Amino acid sequence: MFGRLTLEALPLYSAIAAGGALVTVGGALVVAIAITWLGAWRYLWTDWLTSVDHKRIGVMYIVLALIMLLRGFVDAIMMRAQQAMALNSGGYLPPEHFDQIFSSHGTIMIFFMAMPFMTGLINIIVPLQIGTRDVAFPFLNSLSLWLTAAGAGLVMLSLVIGKFSTAGWTGYPPYSGVEANPGVGVDYWIWAILISGVGSTLSGINFVVTILKRRAPGMTLMRMTPFTWTALCASVLMAFAFPALTVACGLLALDRTFGMHFFTNAHGGNMMNYPNLFWIWGHPEVYILILPAFGVFSEVVSTFSRKRLFGYESLVYATASIAVLSFTVWLHHFFTMGSSANVNAFFGITTMIIAVPTGVKVFNWLLTMYRGRIDFHPSMMWSIGFMITFVIGGMTGVLLAIPPADFLMHNTTFLVAHFHNMIIPGVLFGYLAGYMYWFPKAFGFELNRGWGLASFWCWLIGFYLAFMPLYILGFKGMPRRMEQYNDPSWQPYLMVAAFGAFVVLLGIGAMVMQLYVSIRDRRKTADITGDPFEGRTLEWATSSPSPAYNFAVLPEVRDREPFLEMKERGVAYRRPAAYENIHMPKNSMVGVAMGAFAFALGFAMIWHIWWLVAACGLAMWIAMIARSSDDDSEFIVTAAEVKQTEDARYRALATKTGATRTGSRK
Amino acid sequence: MKQAVDKLLRVAPAVGVALFATACDLRHSAVLDPKGPIALAERDLLRDAFYVMMLVIVPVIVLTLLFAWRYRASNTRAVYTPKWAESAKLDAITWLIPALIVIAVGVLLWRSTHKLDPYREIASSTPPLEVQVVAQDWKWLFIYPEQGIATVNQLAIPNGRPISLRITSDTVMNSFYVPQLAGQIYAMAGMQTRLQLLADQPGKFVGRNSMYSGGGFSEQHFEVVSLSPADFDAWVAKTKQAPGKLDAAAYTALAAKSRSNPIAYYSAIEPKMFDSIIAKYTHAHSAPIAAPRR
Repeated sequence: MFGRLTLEALPLYSAIAAGGALVTVGGALVVAIAITWLGAWRYLWTDWLTSVDHKRIGVMYIVLALIMLLRGFVDAIMMRAQQAMALNSGGYLPPEHFDQIFSSHGTIMIFFMAMPFMTGLINIIVPLQIGTRDVAFPFLNSLSLWLTAAGAGLVMLSLVIGKFSTAGWTGYPPYSGVEANPGVGVDYWIWAILISGVGSTLSGINFVVTILKRRAPGMTLMRMTPFTWTALCASVLMAFAFPALTVACGLLALDRTFGMHFFTNAHGGNMMNYPNLFWIWGHPEVYILILPAFGVFSEVVSTFSRKRLFGYESLVYATASIAVLSFTVWLHHFFTMGSSANVNAFFGITTMIIAVPTGVKVFNWLLTMYRGRIDFHPSMMWSIGFMITFVIGGMTGVLLAIPPADFLMHNTTFLVAHFHNMIIPGVLFGYLAGYMYWFPKAFGFELNRGWGLASFWCWLIGFYLAFMPLYILGFKGMPRRMEQYNDPSWQPYLMVAAFGAFVVLLGIGAMVMQLYVSIRDRRKTADITGDPFEGRTLEWATSSPSPAYNFAVLPEVRDREPFLEMKERGVAYRRPAAYENIHMPKNSMVGVAMGAFAFALGFAMIWHIWWLVAACGLAMWIAMIARSSDDDSEFIVTAAEVKQTEDARYRALATKTGATRTGSRK
Repeated sequence: MKQAVDKLLRVAPAVGVALFATACDLRHSAVLDPKGPIALAERDLLRDAFYVMMLVIVPVIVLTLLFAWRYRASNTRAVYTPKWAESAKLDAITWLIPALIVIAVGVLLWRSTHKLDPYREIASSTPPLEVQVVAQDWKWLFIYPEQGIATVNQLAIPNGRPISLRITSDTVMNSFYVPQLAGQIYAMAGMQTRLQLLADQPGKFVGRNSMYSGGGFSEQHFEVVSLSPADFDAWVAKTKQAPGKLDAAAYTALAAKSRSNPIAYYSAIEPKMFDSIIAKYTHAHSAPIAAPRR
């Protein structure tokens, strides 16, 4: 009846594991009770969970990302604590628990923190920047969100029922095969990734179509904002790269569940195909994550330097060439697998070539700051911190791209330091810059600057303290993923690294405080104009938060910085002569339902509960058919309703001196 | 501002001492203190590439800080050109500088990758000593086919003579890694990979599995003992006196999962044992599956 699910699946094997389960269940309960107490279930369901509004979906993606950031960070600090104390002893975590923690840390941070954060930012901002009312496929967008959430849910559930994978976030066979790892851990990992991976593929397709087909009149490709360009390139990569991951994990699932032999040691399996498939996705993935962050930096540096972005065309070409090149470098993740010198050298050189467009971008940001008027808003600070720190990671990346040097440094903490040096200052700082920059657009009030700066400094200093020692430990030959060690000279560095993680914790605390203080002071910092930072691009042309339809009348674009151009021309806040009816997509509960079925399907596959697999598969199929045959998926916002909403906005604008009269709020 | 500078000045000595101690410590770190020509060449490569890249990294960091300070909003004396956004000359420079550096490092890369191919035997007047390496859960077996002996978790080698390793795994993927003598290469079941190394002087070095492989991974280290040729011969002779013999039954017992295995010596081995370990996974009757070349 329940497959291999028995009471033994409860995490009673250690106090720490049981504690983790209690915190997870308790956290979920507290949230549920709070919602009930506030009587907010109906509001949550109709206004958020079933919403197909790209802005709300984006917010939900980012909420998911921030929750998973906390979970992934707890993993990080547990690992740092273990390694700081585990000299010649078992520390406080046994290997089988420590190994789950490094596996879930990587899985969560990549798939359920970085991916949703990025998708959320693109969702909220790109349709506004290209001047459209929604994404091309609003329902698909909701489905993508709920598939991602289902994957994240499975990872969280593994804390409570069963165990998570110990095979690391890359899950290399034969270790992840059923012979070496018969438990449910790897299956949790596989199904979390398979389900959310489908969501990411669909998101990619959705954004590509949106950006190519839904731009406002006059918005040529070469007038798109840098963020939209990077979103487009990242989405193309998502649509092309994620299927490789789905195939790799799917074949691994076939090996594990149905006794096939794609990657096994014996019976004709070949484990080497897995790293190839995995990294054919995995390397583009790095750029899927980092290109949109580059886009954020471009916008932020230009806005807060009060200056037009330097070398726009150069930046666009650099972005596009990075996207293409990213498919040609995957083998550098395993120079040590015995390929010939020619093959290794080829992939080493293609890897280094990517450093060229990346270098160009750094120079362009520098030249944008040059002769600007720099406002050190927290978003700008994240950007400056990024530029300084990222080049160090770029340098260590080029070192690792040289195969013989990689023979020395591969699989050591040097490698760990390198990719954290790309992902934290490169990706996460970018997303946090975007979060603090666009927050007023999403919620109508600004985030507190002081706490934002405090958070930045803690993150930056904490990053250096946590990861510079890992570079050094790499030189000392310390492999990654060690639960304990016997070299006393490593310990001081690991203690510094643990202290660094603690400083980052302060940074996260400052972010929480920032949110609290900003919500408390929201009336004082309300963004009436919709343009709190002297913005240049279209997202600042609408109110904050924007109405569901984004633009009452679709804007006409004449420049690369359309909103700045409108302000200069004095037409930015001019009332349109008349309004028209607007067609908008209706909310749908099918996305939530399919996410829930996918979650149950994954759970059933993990535990071999075959009847539930069949039931959920059928339910998803029926839901899809029902949705496809639903012709009544739109509603009309009448011209009168639009006028009412817009009148309210212009009344508020009028309280700001002369805004409507001069077209500029200065 | 002044207060901040004062504070910085106060912690500066402590930071300086810490950095100095780190630098001293780093000089003796495994990767930066090689004991053989392969690891030395790889280390030098790391160093040369590092210096080349400093040519661009340092200016970028300095310019970022400089521009951020100079063009701060409160500095109204600085030039402000809000519309200036294009310059063909600067575009050319921004593409050329990284390109030139990549070309320089690329040439270095192509040459060194061929020179330091782990399958290429070290040129030497003495023929290489062949050692066969088997990764197991969670230990390393070293088979000396010429000498007919085997050891667990200890690789004894004569200094000055090239060592040619043939590596496989009798379990999940491992990575054989001796940072002071050579880089690393994966060990995979049913396949053979190769690695060359040479120790200049007598000494003891740490070797590890660097590829996570399960519960006993953290304790899966071994020692490499470099001996003078005479001492090595004496070591071989002594090992030949060891009571243990590595026959099929002893091998099966050894291959079972075990943690923190003590060093063990076998005075005799079954012939072709290494090949039969590989063949277990490839069905001896069929051709080996897509094994790495050679």
